[in-house]
Amino acid sequence: MSDSNSANAPSADPNAGKTPLVEMRDISIAFGGVHAVDKASCELYPGEVVGLLGHNGAGKSTLIKILSGAYSRDSGSIFVDGQEAIINNPRHAKDYGIETIYQTLALADNVDAAANLYLGRELLTRWGTLDDAAMEAETRKVMNRLNPNFTRFKDPVKQLSGGQRQSVAIARAIHFNARILIMDEPTAALGPAETEQVGQLIHQLKQDGIGIFLISHDIHDVFDLADRVTVMKNGAIVGSAQTKDVTKDEVLGMIILGKCPAGAIPGPGALAD
Amino acid sequence: MSEHPEEFKESGLVRFLRATEVDTRLLGMIGALLLIWLGFHFYGHFVNGFGAFLTPRNLWNLSVQTSSIAVMATGMVLIIVTRHIDLSVGSLLGFTAMIMGVMQVWVLPKYLGLGHPMIWVITILVGVAFGTLIGAFQGFLIAYLSIPAFIVTLGGLLIWRGASYLVARGETIAPVDPTFALIGGGPYGTIGATGSWIVGIIVCIAIVLMLWNGRRQRVRFGFPTRPMWAECLIGLVGTGFVIGSVLVMNAYPWPKGIVKKYAAANNIEVPESGLFISHGFAIPILIAIAVGIAMTFLATRTRFGRYVFAIGGNPEAAELAGINTKKMTLLIFALMGALTGISAVIASARLKSATLALGQFDELYVIAAAVIGGTSFAGGIGTIYGAILGALVMQSLQSGMVLIGFDAAIQQMVVGGVLVLAVFIDTLYRKNSA
Ligand SMILES: Nc1ncnc2c1ncn2[C@@H]1O[C@H](COP(=O)(O)OP(=O)(O)O)[C@@H](O)[C@H]1O
Ligand SMILES: [Mg+2]
Repeated sequence: MSDSNSANAPSADPNAGKTPLVEMRDISIAFGGVHAVDKASCELYPGEVVGLLGHNGAGKSTLIKILSGAYSRDSGSIFVDGQEAIINNPRHAKDYGIETIYQTLALADNVDAAANLYLGRELLTRWGTLDDAAMEAETRKVMNRLNPNFTRFKDPVKQLSGGQRQSVAIARAIHFNARILIMDEPTAALGPAETEQVGQLIHQLKQDGIGIFLISHDIHDVFDLADRVTVMKNGAIVGSAQTKDVTKDEVLGMIILGKCPAGAIPGPGALAD
Repeated sequence: MSEHPEEFKESGLVRFLRATEVDTRLLGMIGALLLIWLGFHFYGHFVNGFGAFLTPRNLWNLSVQTSSIAVMATGMVLIIVTRHIDLSVGSLLGFTAMIMGVMQVWVLPKYLGLGHPMIWVITILVGVAFGTLIGAFQGFLIAYLSIPAFIVTLGGLLIWRGASYLVARGETIAPVDPTFALIGGGPYGTIGATGSWIVGIIVCIAIVLMLWNGRRQRVRFGFPTRPMWAECLIGLVGTGFVIGSVLVMNAYPWPKGIVKKYAAANNIEVPESGLFISHGFAIPILIAIAVGIAMTFLATRTRFGRYVFAIGGNPEAAELAGINTKKMTLLIFALMGALTGISAVIASARLKSATLALGQFDELYVIAAAVIGGTSFAGGIGTIYGAILGALVMQSLQSGMVLIGFDAAIQQMVVGGVLVLAVFIDTLYRKNSA
């Protein structure tokens, strides 16, 4: 059990000396008077799964929406492959290979799975018109791998079940050779079997060297999948730890109380001793 | 003993609809249209002693009158699909017509000489460009300054009407250039019997080719196809409708006076029994059909159209997918302006003048046409062909009421009522199909 480690200092950083795939440094954003994210820093290495944890309202979605270009930050900087990155809108983020599965899924409800999968990146015929047949064919392939039970290719996604909609959103994020994948509560609408499938998918993507931010308010969703966890509270980072250095209870303490255990590296949001 | 479980036993109608992939809403609309036509015809027949509605003459007039509204309705579909509204189209039509009137009556003859063959071309280019610019300006205010479309175009409704008064101090500007006037229809503004047959046959061939190509595409990717009988039926109905339209349009002859003038001018001898010269399709309806085809292509076959519908379905998702929604909004309103410019050409050419009242209340007809045609105020849903059919419904109501002698006050009340009713039916329909 990892309990034996719990009193120890953080173990040696396996990523020491490597350049992070993404580094977010001192990111802040406020909505009106609310400091939704306050001087948050975190990083992600190739082939690494980082669980971003925290209560509802902790600022997780807001932080990753800054990375995906959905929000413009008030201050702070983002580095991709060690180079400062300019991300002011979702198109910029996609150009850096950052793909996102949003908590709200962000699907256009009135069009079908293929139209959603290719939204903003449509396949065109040589006449410059939409190649719907080719897009549908590709979509059938992707969905077959992801969710073999999926057959409703002609229906607007509004008519699909929560799980089916979620698979469409996941398919869209992984179909375009993402290097950095953000999954905001990706299994919220899924049953146990489908959740298991997403777990396998994450393993497979990790093998391909993709870095993944896996966001959840529930520690059980991420603890077994993540190499590292980073915990947020009230917009600030409580701390970050390798999963093998901490217990679930300790991480719960970070989430609920903001108390940073010995196995973690404290952030600005950690409770003062 | 039953071979199939209960749910596989569907009625013939359901099976028919599924096989042909015809949407029920379209059938409903066609049914309503037929009902209106028959209603007015038989009302005339029994009450006034003469059913004037289902005559070649009336149907031909109906086609001409529908054109201007139909052209604008195709643009209004995209506006309403993206959850906006444009209340300014009627006033903008009037303003653009006034600018074109001034152009061809006062300005261009001064520089080019009266009757110069380029006058109508330059006038149209100026008119459409002008409409586009004003549409783009309104779109800019809506997209980049975040002023609601309702407010911007409500302002536009007053501003452009006022501006069109200022241009000519309320004078009627006439007569327009003779070539320009042809675009409004009228006996000379038609393509005659032979021309109509040529157009009709080309359209029939296009329908067959499209069905064939659609099927080939689906076979290529191994997707399910419609049964062969359904394809043939759709082809037959489509081509049958086209040929029927040609027959009706060709059945309406030029009036005697025009024939006499024409015969005299061309040294043709008019026989005792008279000369039957068909109108055939009028130029404005051909323009409306061309616009309808182009807009259908834009809405269903291009990225632009895909983005319009995606924005309507979920604006935030469209933005997150990397679509520049502000630019799209500006372009959609610019397109609406361009189409309003085209409608202004048709409307003022038909009237052979630009008047201060031109286009008044058109916004209501255009919005009603789009909504009757299945465009939903909830956003994300609507079709171009539906809006054109909707325009035909609105114009049928209007012409029918004129034919049976309703006065203008009642006409307005009916149009207003129909608009509200159409939105109500749309709400019901969506609740049931959701
Ligand atoms: N667009 C917004 N406008 C105003 N406040 C926002 C907006 N987005 C998030 N917030 C606020 O920021 C805080 C963090 O929210 P969020 O990032 O969604 O939390 P989490 O994803 O961790 O549950 C909350 O207090 C939320 O109300
Ligand atoms: Mg969230």
